[in-house]
Amino acid sequence: MLNSEIETRVRAFIDENFIFAEEDAGLDGAASLLDAGLVDSTGILELVTFLESDFAIQVADADIVPENLDTIDAIVAYVASRRGASASVAA
Amino acid sequence: MCGIAGYFGTPSMHQPPELLLRRMIGAIRHRGPDESGTHVEPGVGLGHARLSIIDIDTGQQPMANDDGDVVVTFNGEIFNFVELRRELMARGHVFRTESDTEVIIRSYEEMGPDCVTAFNGDFAFALWDRRRRRFMLARDRMGVRPLFYAWRGGCLYFASEAKALFEVPGIDAELDPVALDQTFTFWFPLAPRTAFKGICSLPPAHRMVASPHEVAVRPYWRLDYPDAADTGALDNRSEADIAEELRALLTDATRIRLRSDVPVGAYLSGGLDSSIIAALVRQMEPKRLRTFSVTFESGEFDESAFQSEMVRALGTDHTAVPCRTADIGRMFPDVIRHAEQPLLRTAPAPLFALSRLVRDNAFKVVLTGEGADEVFAGYDIFKEAKLRRFCAAQPKSQWRQLLFQRLYPYLPALKGQSQSYRNAFFGAGLEATDDPLFSHLPRFRTTAGGKAFFSAEMREELHGYDALDDLRAHLPADFHRWHPLSQGQYLETAHLLPGYILSAQGDRVAMAHSVEGRFPFLDHRLVEFASRIPPRLKIRGLREKHILREAMGDILPPSIGDRVKQPYRAPDSPAFVGPEAPDYVSGQLSPAAIANAGFFAPRSVEKLVTKCRSGSFLGFRDNMAMVGILSTQLLHHSFAKDVAADIPATVAA
Repeated sequence: MLNSEIETRVRAFIDENFIFAEEDAGLDGAASLLDAGLVDSTGILELVTFLESDFAIQVADADIVPENLDTIDAIVAYVASRRGASASVAA
Repeated sequence: MCGIAGYFGTPSMHQPPELLLRRMIGAIRHRGPDESGTHVEPGVGLGHARLSIIDIDTGQQPMANDDGDVVVTFNGEIFNFVELRRELMARGHVFRTESDTEVIIRSYEEMGPDCVTAFNGDFAFALWDRRRRRFMLARDRMGVRPLFYAWRGGCLYFASEAKALFEVPGIDAELDPVALDQTFTFWFPLAPRTAFKGICSLPPAHRMVASPHEVAVRPYWRLDYPDAADTGALDNRSEADIAEELRALLTDATRIRLRSDVPVGAYLSGGLDSSIIAALVRQMEPKRLRTFSVTFESGEFDESAFQSEMVRALGTDHTAVPCRTADIGRMFPDVIRHAEQPLLRTAPAPLFALSRLVRDNAFKVVLTGEGADEVFAGYDIFKEAKLRRFCAAQPKSQWRQLLFQRLYPYLPALKGQSQSYRNAFFGAGLEATDDPLFSHLPRFRTTAGGKAFFSAEMREELHGYDALDDLRAHLPADFHRWHPLSQGQYLETAHLLPGYILSAQGDRVAMAHSVEGRFPFLDHRLVEFASRIPPRLKIRGLREKHILREAMGDILPPSIGDRVKQPYRAPDSPAFVGPEAPDYVSGQLSPAAIANAGFFAPRSVEKLVTKCRSGSFLGFRDNMAMVGILSTQLLHHSFAKDVAADIPATVAA
């Protein structure tokens, strides 16, 4: 899966589930979801559940950190790396 | 306990004043179904709907003095009326009745408007002094009993609930955007503002004195804390001495709240506070105590095991009402009609069911543990603020932040939360330690997430308005000198307590079924005493309500006395979706209904509803937004004149 495809799906999820105000649409890839007030302390679990089911990856507890999940760019990179990891395991 | 309504001035001549009063009282008949009465004279009209509790035979209202020139209509109780009556008789007053209402009249004759300072009670009353042409409204210190007013055509109208004011020709129900913004920040509008434009709430501990030429609304009491630097202002006695006085005060506060000519029951939540009150009553009353509680399907909310334990320990005659998630959805429109404000949580709904249970068992009065979390610092927000401040003092410390794990153990959604996300959430705004709202910033921020749903018109109307600045500007002048815990307690006690807990979750849902709640922890003697208890004795380490546990623990089973606070909560958005979802939800949240009301953006609400219905897990913000939007819509449709007809009436529970 291309990173651009991952990004499209991640953006669609965030758009449908976290972005309710019209003016927040088209979020910058480097913008912090926490700082923008889009994800609260419970919202992060929604995001993890989505990533696990939609990309068939497992998100380890230790990976649920802002460095991996707080921007769209970071999420895309994280998903790509996890998918790469499971692909190499499968190979 | 009752409902009051009336006016000062000359109402417009659409209908005879007597009829107007009857209509106003009729709108709040649920508060006092036993009797009703009116008093009309030129320039004044007073109405009363009575729930007979004290002096059942001669306590009718409105009540006048011997000359008939002082007349009062009164909702609530003056718990120290026995002592006041004795004092007034010693001064030569002759009483015609056994009621606490007459004590108000005689106290006024003796002291004038300052009489309120002598009252220990939960009260809202209107008093007319014909000789001095003086009209007076007053409300109890903590805000237990409600009192609203509005001006139209130079005439002042007042009532226990806003719905009585809407009976007045020319007073219409229109939701106030600023009040909505405040509700989507604090959970309630800041008094005197209410959810409705032009309708004011007389703030707690205030009185209004009006003459034909002048109107003044002033506080007669204030919740106050010592300066943090002034250690001499604190209660510096030993912990044991403080605990002993606490126990004596709480015991007396409970004793005078048992004064009633009808039987008094108690709520038993299974938590520390209601257990203490029930145990105290058990010690004072030889008769078997009648207790009531609500239970939930989900273990996340249910406390029935602890309730059973207290029932066994005290040997009470107990009845519980199960509250299913679907019941909450069904009751919600009625709850909103009674609460008269948008709600961000459904927690008032189960209490609405509970008061119905009490009424169905022929009880009119219940004691509860309400107020202990404010007065003795039981809420998690106080512990959270203490930890956040502790972390802010050493921002680089990793181990300090580990303590965040100790917060909210009962929230499934926070289990398995990683440390760095905990730090990100609780650590946000740590640099703002000198913000007077520091303790509440995380809560306000999460709640304000719901503003993302406001429509473009709402945003335009609210342009430049900042609810947090509004609150900051109205804090007491010496607030910044108080201990941080005192500051947090003030925000909860002076604002959330009257604005939400005692109103939407208290008086309104209890009086919906003609039930009067009485709250020993909110006796002002206890509140004043507690404000001087050193903060370290309220939260010791992370043990909340430490001094209360020390004072009262020995009358409870250890498992209750040592129990960590579990806040009272109820299922939120799940009550409005799924196969058992009530019919009205789709109508109220349809894009057309949302657009018609104008407060929210239809497309944004649609996304939220879809998300909610998908069955995926909803976080705090989305839950609050869902409940807040739905309740705003229900409120608008219940009261706004132009739309009342276009949505089918909701089903009464």
